[in-house]
Amino acid sequence: MEPTPLLELRGASVRLGDELVLDGVDFRLLPGEIHSLMGENGAGKSTLVKAITGALPLAAGVMTVDGRPCVFRNPLQAQRAGVSSVYQEIDLLPNLSVAENICLGREPRRFGMVDWPAMREHARRALDTLGVSLDVMSQLGTHSLAVQQLVAIARAVSTDLRVLVLDEPTSSLDADECAELFRVVRQLKARGAAVLFVSHFLEQVYELCDRVTVLRDGRCVGEYLTRELLRIDLVQAMVGDRRVARRLAPVLRVAGPQEPPYLSARGLVATGVHGADVDLLPGEVLGVAGLLGSGRSELARAMTGIDPVRGGVLRVRGDEASFPGPRPAIRLGVVYSSENRRTEGIISELSVAENITLALQAERGVLRRLPEARKRELAASWVEALDIRPADLDRPAGTLSGGNQQKVLLARLLALAPRVLVLDEPTRGIDVGSKVEVQNLVRELADNGVAVMFISVELDEVLRVGNRVAILQSGRVLETLAAEDLTVDSLTALVTGADGIDG
Amino acid sequence: MTTLEPPVVARPTAGLSRLVDRHASALPTAAAVGILALLLVGAQVYFGNFLTPRNLSALLLDHAYLIILAVGMTLVILTGGIDLSVGSVLAFTGILGARMLASGLSPAVVVPVMILGGAAIGLMIGVLVQYFDVQPFIASLAGLFLARGLAFVVSLQSVKVQSSSILWLQSTRFGVGDWYITPTGIIAVVVLAAGAFTLAYTRFGRTVYAIGGDEQSARLMGLDVARTRVLVYVVSGACSGLGGLVLTAYSGAGYPRNGIGTELDVIAAVVIGGTLLSGGVGYVLGSLVGVLVYGTIKTIISFKGAEQSWTQITIGMLLLVFIVIQQVIVVRSARRR
Amino acid sequence: MARTVHHRLFWPVLSLLALVVLNAAVRPSFIRVAVRDGHLYGALVDILRQSAPLMMVALGMTLVIATRGIDLSVGAVMAVSGAVALTLIDRSADPGDVGTVIVAIAAGVGIGVVLGMWNGFLVTVLRVQPIVATLVLMLAGRGVALLVTGGFITTVVSPPLKFVASGYLLGLPFALFLSASAIAVVALVERRTALGLLTEAVGINPEASRLAGVRSRGIVFTAYVASGALAGLAGILYSSNIMAADANAAGEFIELYAILAVVLGRTSLLGGKFSIAGTVVGVLVIQTLQSTVLFLGVSSAQSPVFFAVVVAVVVLVQSPQLHSRVRRLSGRRRRAVPAPEKPARDVEVSA
Repeated sequence: MEPTPLLELRGASVRLGDELVLDGVDFRLLPGEIHSLMGENGAGKSTLVKAITGALPLAAGVMTVDGRPCVFRNPLQAQRAGVSSVYQEIDLLPNLSVAENICLGREPRRFGMVDWPAMREHARRALDTLGVSLDVMSQLGTHSLAVQQLVAIARAVSTDLRVLVLDEPTSSLDADECAELFRVVRQLKARGAAVLFVSHFLEQVYELCDRVTVLRDGRCVGEYLTRELLRIDLVQAMVGDRRVARRLAPVLRVAGPQEPPYLSARGLVATGVHGADVDLLPGEVLGVAGLLGSGRSELARAMTGIDPVRGGVLRVRGDEASFPGPRPAIRLGVVYSSENRRTEGIISELSVAENITLALQAERGVLRRLPEARKRELAASWVEALDIRPADLDRPAGTLSGGNQQKVLLARLLALAPRVLVLDEPTRGIDVGSKVEVQNLVRELADNGVAVMFISVELDEVLRVGNRVAILQSGRVLETLAAEDLTVDSLTALVTGADGIDG
Repeated sequence: MTTLEPPVVARPTAGLSRLVDRHASALPTAAAVGILALLLVGAQVYFGNFLTPRNLSALLLDHAYLIILAVGMTLVILTGGIDLSVGSVLAFTGILGARMLASGLSPAVVVPVMILGGAAIGLMIGVLVQYFDVQPFIASLAGLFLARGLAFVVSLQSVKVQSSSILWLQSTRFGVGDWYITPTGIIAVVVLAAGAFTLAYTRFGRTVYAIGGDEQSARLMGLDVARTRVLVYVVSGACSGLGGLVLTAYSGAGYPRNGIGTELDVIAAVVIGGTLLSGGVGYVLGSLVGVLVYGTIKTIISFKGAEQSWTQITIGMLLLVFIVIQQVIVVRSARRR
Repeated sequence: MARTVHHRLFWPVLSLLALVVLNAAVRPSFIRVAVRDGHLYGALVDILRQSAPLMMVALGMTLVIATRGIDLSVGAVMAVSGAVALTLIDRSADPGDVGTVIVAIAAGVGIGVVLGMWNGFLVTVLRVQPIVATLVLMLAGRGVALLVTGGFITTVVSPPLKFVASGYLLGLPFALFLSASAIAVVALVERRTALGLLTEAVGINPEASRLAGVRSRGIVFTAYVASGALAGLAGILYSSNIMAADANAAGEFIELYAILAVVLGRTSLLGGKFSIAGTVVGVLVIQTLQSTVLFLGVSSAQSPVFFAVVVAVVVLVQSPQLHSRVRRLSGRRRRAVPAPEKPARDVEVSA
């Protein structure tokens, strides 16, 4: 017999403006389970999370906690009822001590004043229950993101925690840090709490979670036991029939003629990069696989002039080159797309047309303004070519969905007619449909003679898109292998196993 | 105790690293103390008769009103805001008080009115900032205009103060040897102590830091962000009112052109004292050090008999030096992450 | 109707018109423009003439604010520029010589450029927060101006200099030509080149702009230099108006009025999208209000009270919080009396 759910939603609907973003969803969290919420972007995952934690009101339906109907008007009320959440961007105060971050809001007081010794003790105990040892008086901001996340969990645990929501907690953690987080999460499960784990990483879902609820288009597709659900079925449930067919379409891989590299690095040294050798060949996609901390973004940034190079040689068509900034690189046709779309990519308040033509305009210089008509024509052609939706040139780019923003960014770079395209996680956080489109586009570009460097944490994607795969570890390229000689498993072994040998 | 899994994220918690982890935010203030010591010692070596009890006592008393303003400003800046109105409010409450005293009202009425008058303008700024989402810079700019205009509405000329109890605040000296302190000095010290205590030991104080760190997080932690934010401007306004009282007692008159540009001196003092303008980091005692650095430079320049315009230039330069130091610290702490 | 109401400049222009109408109603002479000795006279002409220094400063401020910055030092730059120019004229053999005055003006504007470069250096190279970086010069600048004038108010007798602020050309005040050409130059440079777009890009997202190959540093630097140059010119205008260099009074509070003008013109203090036309309207609103207040017999010292009210009203009107509150209120009213058809919400909200 199944126990009563700790938290249950029945017929939950959420309205954003005139749009029904969550439509009659049933959802439940059992005590002592780790539950995953899966779905494409826009399926309603974050809406559901927000509804549970009181950040968004329900338009219809009921929520019960321990069988009692509950309405949370804000996240604070939810927290007080034992429903806490830890987001990827941590909701803590970096300028205050660890102890305060755990206790503030319900800090022990004596005669109306903050009782510091009691607060330290309280914080220490909360961390102890998670098996974490920290100087509770140290400033939170001096710790790594992973530690800050654990402090956030400790804060949640130090209350009467019933339900913990972890929204994309692992996207910026390395393998060790993930393991530590999973250990803590399992401990919470053992204590009878329910954990809602939202993640894009299938691997982690299968490793950690007991149960999966899948959402699509704001509706609940189903609830499954993880151990009984095949991956292919899970993906099928997430994307529906139409797009799976597209997703499974074989990627054409033309074995291009061997040309000399357009851009090559020898013994490249930069922050986080310790002597990397890379060759980017025209007509070829070089997939880059490495764990966080392997220097994959740092390598990409150093090769494109974003961050300074401290040693080694960069060659463009065999001639030594140096990029003291993005501009010199762009001039030689070497462009970079950042993994941080929001902070380093899109200019949210400028229009789609302005965003697409921005780099071209910057390249032309301040004095040679792109005529308005030419700008719109150019932008319109990219909007059409990349199927950017909605196809409205004047819409502020920040209002587009993640996938379409990514396409706008690609269009911005492609408008420069680049020779080398360095893409850092171009498919992060976008829905499966857009993902496939971006992957196909990258292949197409390579077929047209562009040299592409494609970085992704998803190894199957690296294999599917790349002709060759560079395995990165500790800021060095360990090996570069042909993609067809690798499988996801062998690549995983190379990427992680090698790391293990080193320490 | 044995646990199955050893604590993984333990870090070396001894020695220098621990000191830095705990007190990273106190570094700029420590630098300010260093500069102050350097200035005082340097002046003593240069002039030979600088570090006298009289001089040091005067240093505190001449800048008592600045210290009071700086306490209020520190709170505001800690929340990530700014209060441009302090100089004008100082002038307004000063002239208002002088005018009321001249018309025969008792100081027992006048003094509370001055403080409440300042607090009222602070309340207006706070409400604009908190409930109408007006940027602090603009909201306090409205306060600046309002108070300055009101000061001239009260009187276009300076008004002498004859009230003996107000003048007593400045003329009485409690002394030990050549050291002395006046009631205005005592007021400044009390405000300073109250400010330091409030920031360290009350929920209001910690909430001030929390808002400066991350307002959203502070709200999620169940801290009363709205009330606290309004309150810091009210406190700053009240401090300006009190500063108006102290300055009126000090100069024996209210003058509607008092305190023009004082807000800049106060902001400079607070920043030199190690409070980050982005909020969340800083100390009231640091601001005291900032005011003393400002006062010392002023005294040194008048000792040298140089133009007072050098004070402005030196303070500007010093402000720059401190900002660059802060910049380096901020950049370095960002890199540590 | 709804579209007019939602135009960026609807409220600024409406307030300007309201002020003019109000003045005209109370004193019909306000809108009268007379021709005397071939020159135009009248309250409106005076407003345009007197607004010239603030116009210059506010134009520069708009560019700086668009880059996410702020320039508090404009008043101090005006003081230094006036001090340098008038000291040069004062010390020259022939203060009435046109050549001397032109050299002095060039020196004043030049020093403005140098000070602007200093601000730009602090902001772009040393990466100091703009408000703090310019605070340095705001504090130190007046000290420098006092040093230049030796602590005195330097007065000069120089007809060519007097012409700059008080002279007439083609029947119109010469100062008007200066401010009109400043507006034209800034507007042309921003909108006919890509500077405006790139400035907005940098103001909205500096790092993304850098990655896209925009020379963000150069653009931010340019904004501060432009602000310095325009403040330098404003300093000359101010000195020419009173024929003296007053290191303390020159440009007092002008940074605040300039920021107010920019905000009145609906450019966000958070940077990004900016409007030159909006700033022009903002400056005119301020100057008209100034003139109204004087007419009402209020001492100019007391006029800040009015500006406080203006600032409060403006920010309240622009405040999204107020809008949503009004919306909620009107929403409640609508629910109480169910409307037969979809109400024209947009108009109601802004009303």
